[in-house]
Amino acid sequence: MSATDVVLRAADVQKHFGRLHVLKGVSLDVRRRETVCIIGPSGSGKTTFIRCINHLEKLDGGRIEVNGSLIGYRERKGRLAEDSERSIARQRTQIGMVFQRFNLFPHRTALENVIEAPVHVLGVPKEQAVAEAEALLARVGLAEKRDVYPGKLSGGQQQRVAIARALAMKPALMLFDEPTSALDPEVIGEVLLVMAELAHEGMTMIVVSHEMGFAREAADRVVMMDDGRIIEEGTPEHFFESPEHERTKQFLSKIL
Amino acid sequence: MTLVAAVDWHILWQRIFHPDHVFFDALWKTIYISVAAQFFGVLLGLMAALMRMSKFWPARLLSGLYVLLFRGTPVIVQIFFVYFGANLLFGVDLFPRTVGWLGGLNGAVFAGIVALAVNEGAYMREIIRAGIDAIDKGQLEAARSLGMTQRLAMRRVVLPQAARVIVPPLGNEFNNMMKTTSLLFFIGVSEIFGNADVNYANNFKPVEEFASVALWYLVLTTVWSVIQAQIERKLSVSERGEELSFRERLAQAWSPVQAWGRGAL
Repeated sequence: MSATDVVLRAADVQKHFGRLHVLKGVSLDVRRRETVCIIGPSGSGKTTFIRCINHLEKLDGGRIEVNGSLIGYRERKGRLAEDSERSIARQRTQIGMVFQRFNLFPHRTALENVIEAPVHVLGVPKEQAVAEAEALLARVGLAEKRDVYPGKLSGGQQQRVAIARALAMKPALMLFDEPTSALDPEVIGEVLLVMAELAHEGMTMIVVSHEMGFAREAADRVVMMDDGRIIEEGTPEHFFESPEHERTKQFLSKIL
Repeated sequence: MTLVAAVDWHILWQRIFHPDHVFFDALWKTIYISVAAQFFGVLLGLMAALMRMSKFWPARLLSGLYVLLFRGTPVIVQIFFVYFGANLLFGVDLFPRTVGWLGGLNGAVFAGIVALAVNEGAYMREIIRAGIDAIDKGQLEAARSLGMTQRLAMRRVVLPQAARVIVPPLGNEFNNMMKTTSLLFFIGVSEIFGNADVNYANNFKPVEEFASVALWYLVLTTVWSVIQAQIERKLSVSERGEELSFRERLAQAWSPVQAWGRGAL
């Protein structure tokens, strides 16, 4: 494995919220085209960890690199100083994020949501952005909803538009923060299907989710977090057949 | 009924249905002072609201002091201070009798617009701040995760949504503004209240003069409330993404009643 194959390199990531020690040294490498599922009980730090990856949260220690460049900080004489807002923003353009609550822009149609950042952040010409957005909406199965406002879409449709919106930036890495846990059970499948297709097409993905069906179908690796640490990692089969850690067994017995 | 007999119906009729050109000048003055003061008030309020969110603490402090000072003192005091006080304080006549470069704008009118705008800005800051706070934090996070800077996210994502929250209270502010312009009479601006007072001084008919000017304020605020309702309807339509006809809205309002009727039967 050459160094250029590593998309994400997180080393000893530390994070506190006040006196609460949320991340106690998380290290994780993710290779190109790999899909990693992060599971773990609530409060284990999984969401905080992926929010650190695109610097929605500051780090208290450790470092995160995406495609070899340090995220959110600048190195000066061996010390890390927070980077400028502009250059953090530029780094975020290569990291797509899908949120639990979709966070679509309610005042813009599905198509306008998708072209917003390419046009106004990357400076892509409007006609080109529209053509690409139409292709992306077709890919998530929502071509005919291009002129519909988010308020008129179901939760599953909104989340698929949100995925298209993130993909429109042509990111090197996609982060999914519990993408299906705010959805009605009957529409979870359509979102997972889009995500599985994306994984099979070779997108590099980190997915915080308890959907073990998705993990079995699409993940290359599963990571179990508990109390701010990664306590076990392996293939999905490993987790289904022979989890080692006691906490992992307990947790899986609850969600499976 | 001696009281009713004392009313000079002819004057009342004249003031309401056959106002003279002096009145129309005054009416125009009331309208353009209100619009200008509200416009600059919104700009000042927006600037102060953005300063309040700044990372630079003196900007936040300045914004806080501004609201403290201008919400905490009477607007009439502010009007007098701007018109009379600023002149003495700075040693220059900020508001000469006519400001030539503004097309012969009366100095008192100019001072009045400045005072009302600065006062209004303090209230608008609070309204705009509440509008921005009402927008879900997830919106800003989504914008940032797409590579937007704070400034771009504000302009493209947060403020357009906050505008919808701000419009109803902004409409009320403008309603207030039209009535507050009457205070400019005290620095010699002949808007419609000033006009009524001049007429009263000539004919000693307070009931007729002030009743008719009250009616004209009522006309202004009523016309505005119709415009405001139209703006609000338009905004809520574009958020829903479709327009409902009057019949459809009536049907919507009626359906719970129908459902209740079916349940009861």
